[in-house]
Amino acid sequence: MAGNWALSGRRQALERRGAIFDNIRAFFRERGYLEVETPFRIPAPAPEANIDAIPASGWFLHTSPELCMKRMLAAGYQRIFQICRCWRAGERGVRHLSEFTMLEWYRAGTDYLGLMDETEELLRAVAGAACLRYRGCSIDLSQPSERLSVAEAFARFSTTTPEAALADGSFDEVMVERIEPNLGIGRPTFLYDYPACCGALARLKPGNPNLAERFELYLGGLEIANAFSELTDPEEQRARFLAEAAQRAQNAKLPYPAVDKFLDALKDLPDSAGIALGLDRLVMVLLDAQSIDEVVAFTTEEL
Amino acid sequence: MYTAADLRKGLKITIDNEPYIITHFDFAKPGKGQALYRTKMKNMMTGTTLERTYRSGETFEPAHLEDRKMQYLYKEDDHYCFMDNTTFEQVHVSEDAMGDAKNYLIDNLPVDVLLFREKAIGVEVPNFVNLRVTETLPWVKGDTSGSDSKPATVETGYVLRVPPFIEEGELIVIDTRTGEYSTRVKG
Repeated sequence: MAGNWALSGRRQALERRGAIFDNIRAFFRERGYLEVETPFRIPAPAPEANIDAIPASGWFLHTSPELCMKRMLAAGYQRIFQICRCWRAGERGVRHLSEFTMLEWYRAGTDYLGLMDETEELLRAVAGAACLRYRGCSIDLSQPSERLSVAEAFARFSTTTPEAALADGSFDEVMVERIEPNLGIGRPTFLYDYPACCGALARLKPGNPNLAERFELYLGGLEIANAFSELTDPEEQRARFLAEAAQRAQNAKLPYPAVDKFLDALKDLPDSAGIALGLDRLVMVLLDAQSIDEVVAFTTEEL
Repeated sequence: MYTAADLRKGLKITIDNEPYIITHFDFAKPGKGQALYRTKMKNMMTGTTLERTYRSGETFEPAHLEDRKMQYLYKEDDHYCFMDNTTFEQVHVSEDAMGDAKNYLIDNLPVDVLLFREKAIGVEVPNFVNLRVTETLPWVKGDTSGSDSKPATVETGYVLRVPPFIEEGELIVIDTRTGEYSTRVKG
């Protein structure tokens, strides 16, 4: 009998996790995607106000493979996906691990709406059932998913508006306490069209510069993925990064070096969309796990 | 001084000069948003509960509690009785204030009794306690899956999940911080 009961007890979960990963890779290969690998240790991450990278020998562990994958996209790789470890400082809870596994994919010639459809198809392909049960709620994958704008979600579940919540600093609280628990119940929810300031690397909606073409996928109240139509204007991207860096400085957060090679490559970025999906969380939903700890071999604390 | 990143279940902090214990903790971070530390806590003096959400960078004073080494004597009505081994002074702690610690109390267990303004308001048990299994289903021989667990009752009446090979009468080690089975006591 194995001595480490906690670890041997996760065998079933880890076997199912492995099978889910196999299905994901098969899904993308069938659609002509190339599986790529980009370095984990990079000179600088994208300067996002609320995402903190872990320093590693003068550089940083990536918080997402986004910058390198978009440089590949700009170099003509039209359909790419990657499954890799990412690191975010200080993130730990029943839905967070500081080191976690991300699935990212990027596609030229589409926008965030096209990615919603593809994400829906991915869910059906890997679920192994038409209906999921997660934390006592059912999630029907056989019907079209719910598509709810951020403004509609605020109107339906809160007593404020996104603009008012951003102005008084309560946007994140309203999201976590009022809105998120109601998303992805009964069927998946795509929450879309975020206020422009909530998508530092997203394209603004043509005809409405107050909104960013960004969506998040929710299953059973759990945030699973974040996507956007990619911003392809280097000058605008540079200005957005400066704004995010200023916010980091204001909050006394570690400054990051500039990401000039990424910004230079943006001029060649085709119209495209990309998505980052937390694979540990997807496995949590598919296995009806209460904690992210149940679906990984080792948590940080167990090392 | 604690920061929001230190918050976790069981942490004791001071709010408005009174000691509170965190009873529920949840780390939340809406996509691209800021980290939120959601807590439910209990006033250790009055038992009243409070829900509060904190952000990165907020700081807290630890609860200023005196802890005194005592041992568990017995339970009477809804109070638990402990004795200071050097002064032989006895104190009572209400069932409500015991929290999960009551799951691990066996005769003479050494504990830290927490006092605030000379009133006993809580008890801390050792991180690991050895308790005897009083009731569990026998192991079905030949089941080597290793991935199963079964319920077991220990001598305090507490019920937890244990590996299938644990038998009645065995002594097991429980991690009192999680309430979970840790290992069996050999021999």
